[in-house]
Amino acid sequence: MNVSPATSVALAPHSRWTHHRTVGFGYLAISAVAVGVGTVLSLLMRLHLSWPAWSLPLHGPILPEEYLGLVTMHGTLMLFFVLTVAPQSGFGNLILPAQIGARHMAFPRLNAASMWLTGLALLVLLTAFFVPGGSPISGWTAYPPLSATALAGPGQGEGMDVWLAAIALFSVASTLGAINTLTTIVKLRGEGMSWPRLPLTVWGWFTAALLSVLAFSVLLAALAMLFCDRHLQSSFFVPGGDLVNGVLLQHRGDGSPLLWLHLFWFFGHPEVYIAILPGMGLTSMVLANFAHRRVFAYRLMIATTLLIGLLGILVWGHHMFVAGLNPFAGSAFALSSMAIALPASAKVLSWLATIWRSRPQLTTPMLFALGFVSLFITGGLTGPILAQPILDEYLHNTFFVVAHFHLIMAMAGVFGLFCATYYWFPLLFGKMLSERLGKLHFWGTILGAYATFLPMHLTGLAGEPRQYAQLTGVPGPAGQLLQTTLPLQNHITYGALFLACAQLPFFLNLVLTLRSRLRASQNPWSATTMEWAPQAADELATHRDPCHYAEDGVLFLGQWEPDATSELPPE
Amino acid sequence: MPPIVTPPEIERRHKVHESDNGSGRRPPTDKRTGGNGEGDSDNWNDRPQGRRGPRERLSQVRMGVFFGLFAVLMFFIAIVSAFFVTRASGHFDAYSKYVNEWLPTTIPSILWLNTAVLILSSASAEMARRSMFREEDVMDEWIGLSRRTSQRATAWLTLTLALGALFLAGQWVAWDQLAAQHVFFKSNPSSHFFYLITVAHAVHLFVGVGALIAALIGLRRSHQIASRQIFVDATVWYWHAMGLLWLFLFALLEFGQ
Ligand code: HEM
Ligand SMILES: [Cu+2]
Repeated sequence: MNVSPATSVALAPHSRWTHHRTVGFGYLAISAVAVGVGTVLSLLMRLHLSWPAWSLPLHGPILPEEYLGLVTMHGTLMLFFVLTVAPQSGFGNLILPAQIGARHMAFPRLNAASMWLTGLALLVLLTAFFVPGGSPISGWTAYPPLSATALAGPGQGEGMDVWLAAIALFSVASTLGAINTLTTIVKLRGEGMSWPRLPLTVWGWFTAALLSVLAFSVLLAALAMLFCDRHLQSSFFVPGGDLVNGVLLQHRGDGSPLLWLHLFWFFGHPEVYIAILPGMGLTSMVLANFAHRRVFAYRLMIATTLLIGLLGILVWGHHMFVAGLNPFAGSAFALSSMAIALPASAKVLSWLATIWRSRPQLTTPMLFALGFVSLFITGGLTGPILAQPILDEYLHNTFFVVAHFHLIMAMAGVFGLFCATYYWFPLLFGKMLSERLGKLHFWGTILGAYATFLPMHLTGLAGEPRQYAQLTGVPGPAGQLLQTTLPLQNHITYGALFLACAQLPFFLNLVLTLRSRLRASQNPWSATTMEWAPQAADELATHRDPCHYAEDGVLFLGQWEPDATSELPPE
Repeated sequence: MPPIVTPPEIERRHKVHESDNGSGRRPPTDKRTGGNGEGDSDNWNDRPQGRRGPRERLSQVRMGVFFGLFAVLMFFIAIVSAFFVTRASGHFDAYSKYVNEWLPTTIPSILWLNTAVLILSSASAEMARRSMFREEDVMDEWIGLSRRTSQRATAWLTLTLALGALFLAGQWVAWDQLAAQHVFFKSNPSSHFFYLITVAHAVHLFVGVGALIAALIGLRRSHQIASRQIFVDATVWYWHAMGLLWLFLFALLEFGQ
């Protein structure tokens, strides 16, 4: 058959390389590499904090600049390549088309291209370990002026350039991916899949994609300007007459580091919601699935998802309270940040109301969804505290902040990912992960998560600063203060090691399940959303909202089922 | 916008082809995905015109382009807001005097000419787009009587391409003229922005030139009128957006410094 370029646009969904399943697994593979490397880096940081003299085999002691390199690479890998890629792009591709009753994504080739571009970005980022000077040391937020010049430290030369290139590639890839997701959701919904019938997971992906389109190009612009500052002697972010390590920077003009903070956090705050929104949607659906209930206040949950997205654009200043922001602006940002706690609390209430007195089935995905709720509450409570400029003056750049975002974003995000893995494993591989190992995995992980991150609140309150290579040997009263946190430091380190080991049952589970020959049944969880429909997408139509369960909690009606049986009350 | 005439039957016949690639998959069926979810009815023909077969692909691509353009817009909004911040920034010198180093960059007058060229190119691009959707001709072309629409669009798009290239050359001349006056990227905060904005826009326009070339190739090679329409339509919308964006950026540089 003569395939013209145009027909191949239509044919593309059938090609294996552009199939959304291939692309989805590709994204998950990228995340797997990133999460592996990122975890090792974090353990190295913990070991170094507890035992500064410890020398890494084959390497020697960890130098201060190497510690900062670890911090930067850990944050960048985890936030960009794990928490952004896996929930949004990975599971987005694997599940989204089926969940809206479509056969494929809107632009399969673009989709594959953005996956490969993301992979390339990861490769580029990982080269930062090997360039002269090593990895960059200015954290995932890369604040200028220290990120604007190679004079600032060993990793700030080529390492920083590599970082900029990687994140620029990543931004382009994420924007393209988001365009694809948005178009797919708007245009490719199958017969009968009207907006209010979309599962909340889809709403999560949709809102996160909207935020991606909005935020990543702002980051790209900021990266371009930082690149100019580094190599073309401009002064977008470099203040006039700036001395770095005793050298006067030869840049013309009065650049403003604060300007970078504005641009970066205009991206950065939506970015953290991009990481969590898909998990929030999935949690709602999984809780309802196993509680055999409708999601409490379904329409309101759609609204709060969108509202969180909207408010998320307006709160970026809460990262800048002590950076020299106008205090009036600080108050405004404090207000908007507290406003976002409203839709967030509405979500929590809906989760709790959904499972309230429901005798839920405590399967592994359900446990991880409950863990998500728990972590979201624990981590969320510190949000409004940090959003007070006056409290943040003390807490900023302490481990209190580290505790906040690791509980609410990192751990909740990871629990969302595990929930997704256990929940959709039968769909993706036709096999069930072992429940027994799964539960072991869950209890180990939640215990490890709290053991590691709860004490950080205390060390943070005691004044432990973020991103300090060494806490011992500091002279004066500050040193004495830090000294008192050392027992807790060791506890945190053991917690982190335990948390890492708690993942072993998961890997064992994966291996054993993939090797076993037991097949899962077609819809083992009695799920009601379209991806579990027995028919192929071609013959499907959507007939109702998700989560129709009978009072007895056994019978259910999938979204694909043509008409209600008499046992079920009509809508 | 003129209506698009590509009867649904073509698309359906084509779909049969598409699934029959000899690898023995499902028998050709009338696939009804992408119905956009309105209502619960099974009757495809109840849908509004725009939601049926051929128009569906066009509107998908269009939507993708528009989301992409929104991202581009955010990119420039970020740069323009940095422009205003920097224009207003200064520092205190050793004598506690407030200095603002911003010196407006004189804009080479050739930019006016370039702007006019870009507007013309947008007009010719629009002619190409409209010609792809002119009813009788599309009918002829669909039946296979002529390729008049595509030929006409090719002519207009070639003109657009030439004008676009002229614009880029004109921008090059402007940079040259500034360099002759010793105004370089690093000279002054305002020149940082002049170069950043014009170069970033030129890069985007360069992508547009690539799209134009791709569309011209598509017009020759593609066998389906619906696909040819998509090529032209998407490219032209992108081109228009870059033209409009330039008008704002140019106004900013000319009057906003
Ligand atoms: C109740 C809503 C929330 C409020 C009021 C809030 C408030 C804050 C504030 C004020 C800070 C800055 C602390 C500082 O640097 O001194 C912060 C940091 C952070 N928050 Fe939240 N937060 C909320 C929810 C979330 C959620 C849902 C996520 C992610 C899913 C998140 C992720 C982060 C991250 C990653 C940081 C640290 C960024 C960094 O400096 O590296 N927060 N939060
Ligand atoms: Cu924030």
